[in-house]
Amino acid sequence: MRFGIVVNEGPYTHQASDSAYQFAKAVLARGHEIFRVFFYHDGVNNGTRYTVPPQDDRNLQKLWSELAETHKLDLVVCIAAAQRRGILDANEAKRQGKDGDNIAPGFRISGLGQLIEAGIQSDRLVTFGD
Amino acid sequence: MSEQPSKKKFLYINRKAPYGTIYALESLEVVLIGAAFEQEVSLAFLDDGVFQLMEGQDTTGVGMKNFSKTYRALGDYEVRKFYVEKESLAERGLSVENLMPVTYEDEDDDYAEKPSIILVDRAEMAKVIAANDVILSF
Repeated sequence: MRFGIVVNEGPYTHQASDSAYQFAKAVLARGHEIFRVFFYHDGVNNGTRYTVPPQDDRNLQKLWSELAETHKLDLVVCIAAAQRRGILDANEAKRQGKDGDNIAPGFRISGLGQLIEAGIQSDRLVTFGD
Repeated sequence: MSEQPSKKKFLYINRKAPYGTIYALESLEVVLIGAAFEQEVSLAFLDDGVFQLMEGQDTTGVGMKNFSKTYRALGDYEVRKFYVEKESLAERGLSVENLMPVTYEDEDDDYAEKPSIILVDRAEMAKVIAANDVILSF
């Protein structure tokens, strides 16, 4: 089966990102396909490489980046939600005149159409949020 | 199972009041973008989400953008079904008279203006949800 996953909350404050990550791993372990993981609302905060959680805790951004690299996952951060919350890639930083970018490896910034497409193309769209 | 139909039924479920959190505003942004994909789109309002449709919203005191007019424009984007849960209204001391009028123009009926708001009870809402393909809950 082909899954789409939506993450609507940031890391650590909510369990949503942890649950979505565990779900994604389980989906892949069962031999299913993940069409895309879409990060919306505060979920875009999963995609900054500048988080530094304590060393004895999980690093959700790294876990997502590693999962994306291993399984060639498409991790998409909503551009409108990202701009509100200060998540930028190099192109956006240049376009907006900001002095740096913070997007994490394996994540890309794109539009809400990617969420709609995930709904159309997936057998199941599973949302993790508040 | 992965051969997807070109047209699916999208239901956006709105459960939160409009200004206390950003969910309502960012839900509307998805609805507006999604309208361009020529899918069948409906909205549902339940729990505190019914406050999103309140008549006479005024945000000047809180300094936030008043986006309530956007709901009334959705008819032009082929979004014509606003399912509002009766129990959620009643539990908050509200009735449909407290909601803003939302209408669409029916091109099959000489462009007559028709109401978009459809009152349903909780059991009917469950059927509405079950009848859709993609559920996005905000």
